[in-house]
Amino acid sequence: MNEDRIISTIKDFLSDEFETDLHEVSPTASLKDTLDLDSLDFVDLVVLIEKNFGFKMAGEEFTGILTFQDLYNYVGKRLQEAAGTH
Amino acid sequence: MNRVVITGTGIYSCIGLNTAEVSESLQAGRSGIQFVQERKDIGYASALAGIVPRPELKGLLDRRARIMMPEEAEFAYMAALQAFDSAQITPEIIAQRHCGIIFGNDSTVKPVYEGIDLLLQKKDTQMLGSGSIFQSMNSTVTMNLSTIFALTGANFTVSAACASGSHSVGLAYLLIKWGLQEMVLAGGAQEVNKYSFASFDAIGAFSGMEENPTGACRPFDRDRDGLVPSGGGAALIIESLDSALARNAPILAEITGYGFSSNGGHISSSSTSGQVRSLRMALEQASIPSTGIDYINAHATGTPAGDMAEAEAIAEVFGEKNVPVSSTKSMTGHECWMAGASELVYSLIMMQEDFIAPNINFSQPDEHSAKLNIITKATQTKLNTVLSNSFGFGGTNSSIILRKYSK
Repeated sequence: MNEDRIISTIKDFLSDEFETDLHEVSPTASLKDTLDLDSLDFVDLVVLIEKNFGFKMAGEEFTGILTFQDLYNYVGKRLQEAAGTH
Repeated sequence: MNRVVITGTGIYSCIGLNTAEVSESLQAGRSGIQFVQERKDIGYASALAGIVPRPELKGLLDRRARIMMPEEAEFAYMAALQAFDSAQITPEIIAQRHCGIIFGNDSTVKPVYEGIDLLLQKKDTQMLGSGSIFQSMNSTVTMNLSTIFALTGANFTVSAACASGSHSVGLAYLLIKWGLQEMVLAGGAQEVNKYSFASFDAIGAFSGMEENPTGACRPFDRDRDGLVPSGGGAALIIESLDSALARNAPILAEITGYGFSSNGGHISSSSTSGQVRSLRMALEQASIPSTGIDYINAHATGTPAGDMAEAEAIAEVFGEKNVPVSSTKSMTGHECWMAGASELVYSLIMMQEDFIAPNINFSQPDEHSAKLNIITKATQTKLNTVLSNSFGFGGTNSSIILRKYSK
């Protein structure tokens, strides 16, 4: 999956789940502030990542993911690693 | 001791999604029972049920609130909105009065089943998401509604089988009577999804008259063969008289008696003696003789043994054929955890609109119900004082008396 596809997939499911149009969101925008996330929302993000990209992440990995770009990079890296192991 | 009144009601049931619709059904003797194919498909012996639609809450509640709610919390929410509105209660009044919440609920089968099923597939609890825990607890209704309406008083769920809703109102009444609360949102909620009644169906308690859904629930009738499960949400605003008068609230009725008892016997069998104790306690609380009751909304579900026990209890306490009796379950089916609250709402509608709702499908009495004055057609009459019975598994009994308010 290329980076554009990763970004559009993330924007689609986040827009749908959090009922906010994120298609024009800046990559440097804060994930937490933009989506008004609380601790429970991060649990749902883990589920959404698994549903859409097929890998599981630990909730605490979100501590290093502050912006949308951080999330795009993280997902890209995990998908690359998964592809490399097959 | 405070006097305790009811200042608002809300109802979301299979015979109407608000009090106006329900009143029309009660007066017309209209049944809400239907045959539900999806229950038959998964192995129910009886696929009869009273079904209510899941409300569309997008636009009313945000995502975070919605994903915490199983259907019974949604039904309760719809009823609570109506109750606060009819009682003319604003968020400011809720805050000033430290409004509490006590709701009857005794299951939340669907989220529990679906959560465990997902867990077994995924082998990872994280995949259950954030909503599962809040949907899967019996207190789901009170935890959700207390958050949504910012309630700051008493906050707990009553699980007392089919008397849950009645005890919730009774406990709210006591807290206010004793001066511990000024205002409580009380009620009952009951899920209706296809999983909700499977274990109840397993014990053969449901009517087998699938070819005649609207005629299947036959409380007190000689040919009754079981109850019909149903559900939804019912809510009442219970308030001290002082609080109601101070804000010029509409006063629908006063709660004057709450009787309760436990049979101390079989887990599923009714007991005339246990019910008699509950009825007598309610009358004592209300300080009235048995002749002071104008109408009894019976618990009668349509099971042979249960209706027999209640008919005998009513005859013992009130005398034979003295007081008009009907079971609105003949139309609604058995709303189980919600029933005690919804039947108070139905009784309040009758008091407000001067009629007794019929016990439909009653053709012939048996030797026990022959002792009762069963009302089979909607009857215009003034009702000053009514009593509502609710009984549940484990032998829990509850009887509540409402009286028209007068100074």
